[in-house]
Amino acid sequence: MVLQAVPQTRFTEEHEMFRKSVRAFVEKEIRPYVDEWEEQEIAPLHDLFKKMGDLGFLGLNYPEEYGGAGADIWYTVVLAEELARAGAAGIPMAVFVQTDMATPALAKHGSHELKQKYLTPAIRGEMVCAIAVTEPNAGSDVAGIQTRAERDGDEYVINGSKMYITNGTQADWLCLLARTSPGEGYQGMSLIIVPTNLPGFSVSKKLKKLGNHSSDTAVLSFENVRVPVSNRIGEEGMGFYYQMEQFQVERLVGALGGVAGAEYTVRDTIKYCQERKAFGKPLIANQWIQFKLAELLTEIEAAKQLNYSCAALIEAGADGMEITRIASMCKLKAGRLMREVADTCLQFYGGMGYMEETPISRYFRDARLTSIGGGADEIMLGIIAKLENMNPR
Amino acid sequence: MHVVVFTRSTPDTAAKVEVDGSGAVIWGNAATVVNPWDEYALEEAIVQAKNGGGKATVIALGGEMHNDALKHSLAMGLDEAIRIDDPELDPTDSLAYATAAAAAVNKIGDVDLVIFGKESVDVGTDQHTYMLARKLGWTMLSYVSKILEVDYAAKTIKVEKMYEQGKQVVTSKLPAVISVMKEINEPRYPSFIGIRKAGKATIPVWSLADLGASLPDKKVDVLAFNNPPTKDVVVEMIEGEPEEQAAKLVDKLLEEKVL
Ligand SMILES: Cc1cc2nc3c(=O)[nH]c(=O)nc-3n(C[C@H](O)[C@H](O)[C@H](O)COP(=O)(O)OP(=O)(O)OC[C@H]3O[C@@H](n4cnc5c(N)ncnc54)[C@H](O)[C@@H]3O)c2cc1C
Repeated sequence: MVLQAVPQTRFTEEHEMFRKSVRAFVEKEIRPYVDEWEEQEIAPLHDLFKKMGDLGFLGLNYPEEYGGAGADIWYTVVLAEELARAGAAGIPMAVFVQTDMATPALAKHGSHELKQKYLTPAIRGEMVCAIAVTEPNAGSDVAGIQTRAERDGDEYVINGSKMYITNGTQADWLCLLARTSPGEGYQGMSLIIVPTNLPGFSVSKKLKKLGNHSSDTAVLSFENVRVPVSNRIGEEGMGFYYQMEQFQVERLVGALGGVAGAEYTVRDTIKYCQERKAFGKPLIANQWIQFKLAELLTEIEAAKQLNYSCAALIEAGADGMEITRIASMCKLKAGRLMREVADTCLQFYGGMGYMEETPISRYFRDARLTSIGGGADEIMLGIIAKLENMNPR
Repeated sequence: MHVVVFTRSTPDTAAKVEVDGSGAVIWGNAATVVNPWDEYALEEAIVQAKNGGGKATVIALGGEMHNDALKHSLAMGLDEAIRIDDPELDPTDSLAYATAAAAAVNKIGDVDLVIFGKESVDVGTDQHTYMLARKLGWTMLSYVSKILEVDYAAKTIKVEKMYEQGKQVVTSKLPAVISVMKEINEPRYPSFIGIRKAGKATIPVWSLADLGASLPDKKVDVLAFNNPPTKDVVVEMIEGEPEEQAAKLVDKLLEEKVL
């Protein structure tokens, strides 16, 4: 029998049609090329995003005025769950950087002109974008960033470098977090849209990674890069707060895709264990294996429902702090569960699982990232503890 | 100018279709999909209607299950969808299908082109396409792999037809009924906007009375469905050096009259 999730009344007939369409797209436009992209350590995002943009997949939550769909959050849930079938985590990551990591602050706080110039083409898939926060000396500690954007008349002059930037070698613009006033800490930072065709900008290095090979990751360098002050998103000095807000959806989307990918992996492992024989019977005949996999499916179902509650909070327009609390739990849970799923399932594949070309070995490598990127597990725990008022008074 | 395309929902090709104890054909709880061959027909209808500056309408015959295929069609970009359903009508009876379909095409009026996919994957038939052409008194162009030219003013069409032996180019008068191969185009995916539109659409249902159609006597009676017999496969390993193995294999194949 095929285990099925509790029927989700949140998903209407239209959501299910959307699911079919994304699934067919992944099946025909992504899966056949994923091995090649993994090999080349980059995917042709301009080409892929254009196709997705034409179908309206890249602006689900954004206003129709800018080419978005103005759809509810459940479409994003469907997109995350179906893109997780891509066969490599690098592809959904590249897509979600575009749709839910580099663009939410622009959509929410950007000026009309800025949105027309950068959000609309991102939604249409005509421009690739990236989110540039992390630096060589500041990752978890976002408040420690040093990249500066100094005011000179109507322009900011940007100097510094950014590290581990997804889509970084092919992005047309960056949503950059930089210091716009002297000093340290949370104050004085702004989010600025930086086109990558400006003098002084360069990709200093394309990075080699443990996993997510099909996604390009870069070190970026800024030497006296001049952008108009009008490229700033919202108010000066609010960058850190906008970025924290922008992290919410990013974390939920990462958790949604991660949990969906974990579920596909466990189901594939069940199939493999039904076929592979040892000691005269299929592997799955061992109660140990059945129980381990049953346990994982239970954890996955619980994590999925946690993600859905977070989506429901966002849809209901709940208090930002409450969304942050639950979204942080979602990402923490997903990251840990993915590691457990990757390790357990690879074990049941035996030697086959250790072979480079098998999907489970790719999953094993890819699954490690969720506990680090977009805020490490410990950072999630810190946020949860803080919002639960655990700190001594 | 109007293009009409016919479609139906079929079990997903990945679903396990079987006959249950009561003799009914079942496929578990697997979803239905638009008949895969029809996706090419639907795409072509959209393209032709656009080129000809007209409208594309999709029709399905049968129960509510076929709304799935119709909604998928609307989501792809078809202008209108109609379902023909009537207690009297058994769409698996090809002649009944063709009779009702012809009445629908006549009711719509200014139709220049009717498009079908090559066949239905579930019942594996295409005779209703020929019967429809005959009922309408139009030309039937089957296995079309490319539409080379259409002149809606002069009412002519030139197509490439594909056979196992090769290709054939023919011209014909319009209106015509065509059935298309998968080589004809690359079907589009339903877009978000298309899905929204389809989700909101209510699909009209036409009865035989609405069509003013009366069905001919049934020519076919389906007596029963059966599962295909399971084959007993015997595996025999041939031992020896490659040359010996080959010689033994040839002997066996001759003995079994395979060669
Ligand atoms: C493949 C990949 C893609 C990425 N894409 C992007 C991107 O597109 N844009 C972007 O801006 N960044 C991106 N990042 C960066 C990512 O967000 C950071 O790597 C992450 O936030 C962790 O920062 P760090 O690497 O500097 O680790 P560090 O801050 O050096 O921390 C190292 C480890 O220390 C532990 N730790 C840190 N702080 C605490 C604490 N307070 N208490 C207890 N333990 C702690 C954690 O275990 C953490 O993993 C990407 C990273 C990777 C690997």
